[in-house]
Amino acid sequence: MGSRASTLLREEEIEEIKKETGFSHSQITRLYSRFTSLDKGENGTLSREDFQRIPELAINPLGDRIINAFFPEGEDQVNFRGFMRTLAHFRPIEDNEKNKNSSASEPLNSRTNKLLFAFRLYDLDRDDKISRDELLQVLRMMVGVNISDEQLGSIADRTIQEADTNGDNSISFNEFIKVPPVDGEQDY
Amino acid sequence: AEGAVAGAVFQVWVFVVLFLIMLPAMFGLSLGVTGVYIQVLVKILEWATVRIQRGRMEQPSVPVPLPNGIIERAGGSMEEEIGELRNSFALSDAFYFYKKGLESIVDDQVTQRFSSEELASWNLLTRTNQNFRYISLRLTIIWVLGVFVRYCILFPLRITLAIIGLSWLVIGTTLVGFLPENSVKTWLSELVHLTCYRICARGLSATIRYYNKENKPQKGGICVANHTTPIDVVILANDGCYAMVGQIHGGLMGVIQRSMVRSCPHVWFERSEMKDRHAVTSRLRAHVAAKTKLPILIFPEGTCINNTSVMMFKKGSFEIGGTIYPVAIKYDPRFGDAFWNSGKYNMVSYLLRMMTSWAIVVNVWYLPPMTLQDGEDAAHFASRVKSAIAHQGGLLDLDWDGGLKRGKVKDSFKEEQQKMYSSIIVGQNGINKDANRF
Repeated sequence: MGSRASTLLREEEIEEIKKETGFSHSQITRLYSRFTSLDKGENGTLSREDFQRIPELAINPLGDRIINAFFPEGEDQVNFRGFMRTLAHFRPIEDNEKNKNSSASEPLNSRTNKLLFAFRLYDLDRDDKISRDELLQVLRMMVGVNISDEQLGSIADRTIQEADTNGDNSISFNEFIKVPPVDGEQDY
Repeated sequence: AEGAVAGAVFQVWVFVVLFLIMLPAMFGLSLGVTGVYIQVLVKILEWATVRIQRGRMEQPSVPVPLPNGIIERAGGSMEEEIGELRNSFALSDAFYFYKKGLESIVDDQVTQRFSSEELASWNLLTRTNQNFRYISLRLTIIWVLGVFVRYCILFPLRITLAIIGLSWLVIGTTLVGFLPENSVKTWLSELVHLTCYRICARGLSATIRYYNKENKPQKGGICVANHTTPIDVVILANDGCYAMVGQIHGGLMGVIQRSMVRSCPHVWFERSEMKDRHAVTSRLRAHVAAKTKLPILIFPEGTCINNTSVMMFKKGSFEIGGTIYPVAIKYDPRFGDAFWNSGKYNMVSYLLRMMTSWAIVVNVWYLPPMTLQDGEDAAHFASRVKSAIAHQGGLLDLDWDGGLKRGKVKDSFKEEQQKMYSSIIVGQNGINKDANRF
């Protein structure tokens, strides 16, 4: 009568993941159930196709970028540890963590790390700058065919102009986090 | 002496099956045994629930099943979350898509419909034991007793009934088929079908409650219902006669289908005909137009869904014309998991699982008839009927296509999202109308 899902996940592994990501024991076993239900090939890893099978994700304009965030550089498979590590960025901050001593190493889901994660979704080549091209790429993914090249270009130019403070015609991480949130940004 | 004992057991067996189960079933009577059985079961399951909850509090590491999904979503629409008609882009807009994307990776509304519903509390069947651990000795003993009762007492009984029921269907319909077309034949055919389905329902320990019988489908109409399992047919046919629609199979299924159609006009298609939508529609239309024929039974979802939601109704059934009689079917998951996961189990193993469950308890609501309104197209009508069924059955009303069980989602949905976002940041007038430039 044991639990089928967590017999495949050893207690030591759960403890390690708990330390690394901050998820609770029950959250980890639940997410492991989710992981195995997505793993159609039953080989302990997820491929990009496994993610694409989620209809709500497949119709998301930035779906491919989000999926890519789960896969380390150049790899095509992600195991459960990697899956949890990426999800850890979006774990809501618990009340008992808000007043933690900042001398401890920054937890994965701190506000800064969340923003860094979002920044990297724009900054594909990881040069710590969002260039005009990179911005245009993401814009194009979000609007599809509904806005002309010229108009999109001017939107990109305006955005860079407003955010760029050191005049290098691109947005660095510091400039990114200083952009005032428009009404509607959620408290992550 | 052993032969005598075996003979006696067999006689008792035949007596029980024939007189205590089969004959009353055929006449729609009930001896009340199943009712008592269900009540006892409910008491046991309630006790088990309390016991498990107590056990959970003592073992906090066991995860609690969450009926509403495993994450809390900020369920706003795109307009609400990005900001209505801002006419400008902001870097933080991407956060909306990231958030929605990650939420769907952790828990989405669609893929969960193609596997069995997770129970709020274990119902003492091994197969539904997802995350339940050893709680107490008494619970384990009850579980063992349950296994014995289900596999050694109920299962042989149910198999016998199922075999009798199906054989009677084949033999009875073939015999009726020899009669000339007249009202006697029609009456006899209905009798054969009804009695056979009633025996089969007993063979599953099915307890069915029908609501609003005044809305029962009439001749010349089309009955549509949500689809969970092939057993839906048995459930509905226990209370009325329908003309079945479907593909003709080989093997045992084919034998049954071919004999059924001898006594009353069911609509069976060859595999090649199913692909031609016009041929299918015109045959169904002809059936409905002859107002004397039995109502057609159609499942517009096109595939089995796990009875927690109703998915998109294919508009083909709603283009035939005639009056639609919607029916909502809701199974009680505590007594057995009725959903047929055709990817995981074939028909035979599915039926075996059904016959070793506690019981099948199901509520059937007949909804008032609906017709196509002026200016309404088939797709909209289909959606309207679907919502009515979902509302009555307490099921979630989804617009997703049940075909997503096997196929990919259409690109047009992504394009819709992109269009919506574009109109937020540039307003309706800024949208590029010559989209085919790209």
